[in-house]
Amino acid sequence: MIAIIDYGAGNIFSVKNALDYIGVSSQLTDKRSDIINADGIILPGVGAFPHAVNMLEKSGLIDTIKEQAVQKPFLGICLGMQLLFDKGYEFEEADGLGLIGGNVKLMEVGELTLPHIGWNKLEINHDCPLMHGIGEEYVYFVHSYAAECSPDDVAAYCDYAGKRTALVNRGTVYGAQFHPEKSGAVGLKMLKNFAGMVKGGQV
Amino acid sequence: MLAKRIIPCLDVRDGKVVKGVNFTGIKEVGDPVECAAEYNRQGADEIVFYDITASFEGRGVFLDVVRNTAKQVFVPLTVGGGIKTVDDIRETLRAGADKVSVNSQAVKNPQLIKDGADIFGSQCICVGIDAKKIADKKWTVFINGGRVDMELDLIDWVKQIEQLGAGEICLNSIDADGTKAGFDIEMLEAVCNATSIPVIASGGAGQLEHFPEVFEKTGATAALAASLFHFRELTVDEVKAELNKRNIPVRTAFGGI
Repeated sequence: MIAIIDYGAGNIFSVKNALDYIGVSSQLTDKRSDIINADGIILPGVGAFPHAVNMLEKSGLIDTIKEQAVQKPFLGICLGMQLLFDKGYEFEEADGLGLIGGNVKLMEVGELTLPHIGWNKLEINHDCPLMHGIGEEYVYFVHSYAAECSPDDVAAYCDYAGKRTALVNRGTVYGAQFHPEKSGAVGLKMLKNFAGMVKGGQV
Repeated sequence: MLAKRIIPCLDVRDGKVVKGVNFTGIKEVGDPVECAAEYNRQGADEIVFYDITASFEGRGVFLDVVRNTAKQVFVPLTVGGGIKTVDDIRETLRAGADKVSVNSQAVKNPQLIKDGADIFGSQCICVGIDAKKIADKKWTVFINGGRVDMELDLIDWVKQIEQLGAGEICLNSIDADGTKAGFDIEMLEAVCNATSIPVIASGGAGQLEHFPEVFEKTGATAALAASLFHFRELTVDEVKAELNKRNIPVRTAFGGI
């Protein structure tokens, strides 16, 4: 069972729909006990960093997430990925979960537009189990802020007026800046790979 | 670099896909959920549903179509038609849409764009525009399915939309729509030059060649077509193969699942 953390930050249904479609059992939850009992955890999210941090604080789940994320496969998606880092700078400075070292800052893109919306190509930096069977494919991004972190933690970049952190991995913690649940067959394959790491979640 | 997107559009009335020619002569072509799934298989980068139902009951049926599609199609879904309020936007996003497209109502009440962008983010607010040429290098905005001329200058409207926080523009040419003679290059170029937000080209696609043409001659980031794909005159993968051959970046097929 994968727990999808529901802290009121959008698009959780599409993650649930995608897992249902590939036959992986999951539950939307904001309960501490469900997160502790789950075999894997997904932290979704759309919106602004400080607002999401507030919502997580209100839900009282921050300590549970920090403690559980290092014990079982944990995947942050989009804003949920950005929350993995030390700090975010969207509107104001806010503390993230600090599971991966680095900060989340507004992208400087020159002539290009923000948000970075659309299908962009992954550039593999190093091996990551989420990428098994997947090459440098196109995936779907929607964001204006991006994580700046050590290349050691980056599994894949994409190019948007420079190298942008697209997929990160440190131990059991994974984070996708793009939306696997909206990235067609490539994204479903990635979610299958994630489920494959989760106890009892093999597809 | 971002891939150029190919977007099939499905006009839905009372739960069935229909396609009008110049907004009249509507024909039914099938089940919207099946059509969307087929486009997904063909490699569509996004799918647009447009609700042309007039009734309240029809609205519920339409949102069920969105809900069912979101359970089996995993590319972005844009939903338009009949969206008048922030609550309509919320309800549509909750049904599984990733973006909403507002058209007539945005012209009548531009604040809807700002409110929608402030609450849900610019990325999910697409403004649809139906425009028609009225003089050399001059176009005006029409509403109600292209029936009412608002005497609003297209370029002024585009600039206003951007300031209000729209994330994207879907520009339909009333002159080109249904003609299959190609996208309205002149109008698209004028709009792309006037704004920095992404522009989707709509109206007029009739042949393979029209797709590379619109990307080579204008700054459009996506091309939308309806009847061309419905009646299988072309498939999405055929269009993408041609673009790929012409060195225009597109998302290519993935056989890994």
